[in-house]
Amino acid sequence: MAKKNTANSQTEWNYAASPESTSHIRLEKKYQLFINNEWVAPSSKKYFPTINPATEDVLAEIAWANDADVDLAVKAARKAYTEVWSKMSGAERGKYIYRIARMMQERAREFAVIESLDSGKPIRESRDVDVPLACNHFFYYAGWADKLEYAMPHKKPEALGVAGQIIPWNFPLLMAAWKIAPALAAGNTVVLKPAETTSLTALKLAEIIKDAGLPPGVVNIVTGYGDTGAAIVNHPDVDKIAFTGSTNVGKIIQRAVAGTHKKTTLELGGKSANIIFDDAPIDQAVEGIINGIFFNQGHVCCAGSRLFVQENVADLVIRKLKARMESLYVGDPLDKNTDIGAINSKEQLDTINKYIKIGKAEGAEIYQSDCSIPSKGFFCKPTLFTGVSQSHVITQEEIFGPVLTIQTFRTIDEVIQKANNTPYGLAAGVWTDKGSRIFNLTTKLRAGVIWANTYNKFDPVSPFGGYKESGFGREGGVHGLSAYLK
Amino acid sequence: MLSHTRVDKVGVEERVARFQTRSIKNEAKKQGLHMVLNMIDLTTLEGKDTPGKVQQMCYKAQHLHDVHPGLPTVAAVCVYPSMVAVARKALGNSSVKIASVSTAFPSGQSTREIKLSDTKFAVDQGADEIDMVISRGKFLEGEYNFVFDEIAAIKEACGKARLKVILETGELCTLDHVRMASEIAIHAGADFIKTSTGKIQPAATMQVTYTMLMAIKDYYDQTGIMIGMKPAGGISTAKLALHNLVMVKEILGNQWLTNEWFRFGASSLANDVLMQLMKTESGLYQSPDYFSID
Amino acid sequence: MEILKTYKIYIGGAFPRTESGRYYPIVDASGSTIANVCLSSRKDVRNAVVAARKAFGGWSEKTAFNRGQILYRMAEMLEGRKSQFLEELTKQGSSKEAAAQEVQESIDCLVYYAGWADKYQQIASSVNPVSSSHFNFSALEPMGVIGMIAAQETSLIGLVKLLAPAICGGNTVVLAASEALPLCAVTFAEVVHSSDVPGGVVNILTGKVSELAPAMAAHMDINALVSESLGELNKPLALACVDNLKRNIVYQQGTTQGLPNITALQEVKTTWHPIEQIGGASSSY
Repeated sequence: MAKKNTANSQTEWNYAASPESTSHIRLEKKYQLFINNEWVAPSSKKYFPTINPATEDVLAEIAWANDADVDLAVKAARKAYTEVWSKMSGAERGKYIYRIARMMQERAREFAVIESLDSGKPIRESRDVDVPLACNHFFYYAGWADKLEYAMPHKKPEALGVAGQIIPWNFPLLMAAWKIAPALAAGNTVVLKPAETTSLTALKLAEIIKDAGLPPGVVNIVTGYGDTGAAIVNHPDVDKIAFTGSTNVGKIIQRAVAGTHKKTTLELGGKSANIIFDDAPIDQAVEGIINGIFFNQGHVCCAGSRLFVQENVADLVIRKLKARMESLYVGDPLDKNTDIGAINSKEQLDTINKYIKIGKAEGAEIYQSDCSIPSKGFFCKPTLFTGVSQSHVITQEEIFGPVLTIQTFRTIDEVIQKANNTPYGLAAGVWTDKGSRIFNLTTKLRAGVIWANTYNKFDPVSPFGGYKESGFGREGGVHGLSAYLK
Repeated sequence: MLSHTRVDKVGVEERVARFQTRSIKNEAKKQGLHMVLNMIDLTTLEGKDTPGKVQQMCYKAQHLHDVHPGLPTVAAVCVYPSMVAVARKALGNSSVKIASVSTAFPSGQSTREIKLSDTKFAVDQGADEIDMVISRGKFLEGEYNFVFDEIAAIKEACGKARLKVILETGELCTLDHVRMASEIAIHAGADFIKTSTGKIQPAATMQVTYTMLMAIKDYYDQTGIMIGMKPAGGISTAKLALHNLVMVKEILGNQWLTNEWFRFGASSLANDVLMQLMKTESGLYQSPDYFSID
Repeated sequence: MEILKTYKIYIGGAFPRTESGRYYPIVDASGSTIANVCLSSRKDVRNAVVAARKAFGGWSEKTAFNRGQILYRMAEMLEGRKSQFLEELTKQGSSKEAAAQEVQESIDCLVYYAGWADKYQQIASSVNPVSSSHFNFSALEPMGVIGMIAAQETSLIGLVKLLAPAICGGNTVVLAASEALPLCAVTFAEVVHSSDVPGGVVNILTGKVSELAPAMAAHMDINALVSESLGELNKPLALACVDNLKRNIVYQQGTTQGLPNITALQEVKTTWHPIEQIGGASSSY
C-alpha cells in the first residue's frame, strides 16, 4: 500500500509571462486640473511626475494645485450647486449618475490597466475587484438620488452643499467612487483631490464626467500634494470634508475644522485582528489570512494584520500559511499571473522595511516566502512574524504592507480582550464553524466591520467604517447617505 | 482516524475562482497541453459497447493525431471488465495502460462477493488498474467502517493492479462529505482517489477536485506518502484541464504532474486539447473536422 | 410598401400565437383595423404560469444588483424605441403630447425601480432585539408567480407601473394587457426580450379581461393577483383567490408608485440563531 515518493523531479512547469495589453489605453503626457468641466492650467504653473512603481518610469505630468486653484474649484462647485444641481430633481440627478456608471463599465479595461500602471496593484485585482466595484458603486447610488426621503424618514433631507473630498492611493478609482457617488446622489457638488502618487484614474474619470454631460462644476478634480488637501480643508466655503487616509492626517484635519460649521467623516487606519478558532475550516481560514494581509500588497486600511490563532491549531495553521505563501507570485503588476504587485511608492517601501527592521530588533521571528522579486521597482516579499505579543511595536502600529504578525490565544475571553486592546477599530475576522460563536464575537469586538469566515469583502450596499481611531462615519448602503445630508 | 476537517464551500469557491484566472500562455500552454494528453484515461463505459468500439478507441489512444509528430499517447483506456481482454489484444505492447471499472459500477449496489469477483475477473483479464466505486448509500447511512472495509478488501483483490477509488461526489453532495470520503479511501488503501463515475451530474467540479487534492496534501504532509487523483466527467475543454493542472501544481507541487499521480477521466477532452495545441502552433483557430473521433 | 406587424403574445421568452387561434381587431377612430391581436385563452394562462414558475428560481436567486441592472437595461431599450411607442399610442387614440408623456413616464418608472432593486431590503428588513440570547432578523423574500391585470385605460404605463415593482422584487409575472389598448403591451414584450430578462420572468397576454382575470384568479399555482379595480369583477375574483389563499391586491386607480408596491409582493421571513455568551469578557476597551 505504501507508495513512497517516487519523485519525478523532471517535470517543471512554470507559467510563461502573460502581460496584459496596454496598446489600447489613452494617456496624456500632461494633465491639467479639472474645473467646470474644463481642463485648466494650475496658477502655480507647477507639475509633478507620476510614476509606475514597478518600473519607476514616468507615466505623466500632473498639475499641482495651489490655494488659488482650490478657490477656483470651490467657487465652481458652489455656483453649480446653487444654480443647477440643487434645483434639479432627484430623478434627473440619478440619470446623470447612471450615465457615469455605464460609461465606466464601457471603459473598464482601460481603467484597470491604468490603475495597475499607476498604483502597482496586480491587473487581476484592478480588473476583477477595483473597477467593477467602482462602477457598481456609482450604479448603486444613482438609484438613491430620487429616494432620499426613505434614507431619512421623518425629515425632509437636504444636501449639505459643497463637499471637499481627499482620497488615498491604495484604491484610487474605488475611493473616488466611494466619495463622489453618494455625494452626488444626495445633491452635493464635489471638489476631490486624489493622492499624489495615483492621480490618473481620477483624471480619466473626469473625462467621463465631461462625456456624460454632467453640468459644469458639479465635480471638480484638483490634483496635488498635502498642501492642496489642506487648502480644501481650510477653505471657508466647503460644507463637508470627507477624508480617507492615515489616522495622523485625519487628526490634523479634525483639528483644522474644529469650531467651524464643516461636517466631517474620516476613514482612517487600522490594525485589525483576524481570529482563527480550532473549529474553523482551516484551509479556508488560511486563504482568509492570505487574502486579509497580502491582498493589495497589504495596502488596505482594514487589513487583517494581527493574526490570532488558537494555540492548539497554531502549528498547523502556521505551517499551512507558510506553504500557501510559496504559491504567491510577486512581480510585474501587468502580468495576469501576478498575485502581489509593487509597493505604491519608495516612501511606503521604506516605511515597511523600517518596521521589518524593528520587528527583527524586537526579537520577533521573521519568515518570508522563497520567491524572487524584480530588481527594479518597489517590491516587498510576503512576510510574517511569529513570537510576538501585544507589547511589540509591530503588533501595535499600522505597517500598511504585506507583513503579518502572529499571536496565539487560549480562550475566547483572552482573544476578545486582545483584539480590542488597540486604539484602532476598523475591522476584524472571525473563523469558526459555530454560528453562535460568530454572533458572540460580533457583539463583543469593537470594530466597524466583522467578517465571519471570510475577509476583505466589499459591496456598495454594505456599510463600511471604523470605531475609535479608525475614524467615524460609514460609507456604503443607506448609511452612506447620512454623511451628505442634513 | 477521521480528522473531521471542516470545509467551507463559499471559501472553496473563492479559492477555486482564483485558480481559474491563472493565464497559461505560449510555452507554458504547450507544455501543459502535452501533459494533459498524457494524463487522459480514454474512456468508454456504455451499455452499448462492443469489441469494435473498444478496438477503435484503443487505436486512437495510441494515435491521437499522427499527422503531427511528437505527441504523447494517452495514459490509459478505461473500459468495463468484459472488454478488458479486447483492449489487451488491441493494445499489444503499447505503454498505454488498461483501467477497468468494477464493483458493480456505476451504482455499487451489490454484494461483497459479486464486487470481489468483478474485480478479480478484471485483473485476471489483464487490467493494470481498477476503478472501484464506494457504497454511497452506506456512507450516507453513516456506516463508515463498512465503506472502509470494502475498499480494503477490493485493494487486496487487486493484487498488483493499482486501485482508484471513485467517491461519486455528486451523490455525496457536501464538500465535508467529500473530504471525509477522501480520507476513508486513502486510509483504506487507495492508490488514487477519483471524483465520479461520469454517469451523473455534477461530476468533477473544481471545488470537489480542490477538496480531494487538499486531503491528499494533508496526508502527504503527515506521512510522506503520495496518493494519485483523477477528476472524471465534465472536463471537456483544454482550458478547464489546464486549470486543473494549475491546482495540482500549486497545491501539491510539480512532482504530481505526471500520469503516475494524476489522470483525467474523459472521452471528448483529447480532441479539444489537440485543437488548442494546433492553434498554439499555427496561430489558427481549428475545426473539429480535422481531428478523428473514435 | 410597409411590412405590417403581427401582434403575438409573449410566453417563456418566445412569441407564440394564442393556442386558441382566436383574435380580435383593434380599430382606430375612423373605423379601420389597425391590427388583429390574440384573444388569449385559459390555456395560454396555464402555459404562462408554467413558464413563470420555471423561471422563478433563477430570477429570485439573481443578485439584487443584477436585477437592477436588467431593469435599467429595459429603460435603455424603451428609450431607444421611443418613436415606435409614440406611433402605437397615437394610432390607438392618444394625442402627441399625451403619448410623449406616457412614454417618458414609463421610462422613468423603469429607472425608478431599477434603483430600488438593491435597496428595499435594507429599508424594509430589520434586526429584532428579542429578549433571549438570539440573533433575530427579518428579511423579505419574493412571493413567487404573480398574476397581473394591467390598468385598462392606458396602453403602456398601466402595464409598466405594475410590472416593474413585481420583478424588481424577484417575482415572475403573468400579465394581461389592456383589453382595448393592447398594442404597446406586445411591443413592450420585445423591450423585455432584448434586455437580458430571462425567458419566463415576464409573460404578456392580450385578450378579454373577463376571460383572463378569472383564469388567473382560479389558478392554484399563482401566488398573488394584482390589478386596479375591475368593477363588478372584483368580488368574483376575490372569491376565486380564496382556494389557494392567493394574496389579492387591488390598487386604487392612479396610485403613485413607491416602496409599498414592492413590499406588497414580498413575504417576511424571520430567522433566529443563538448567540453564545462565553466567559465574562465584556466589550471594555
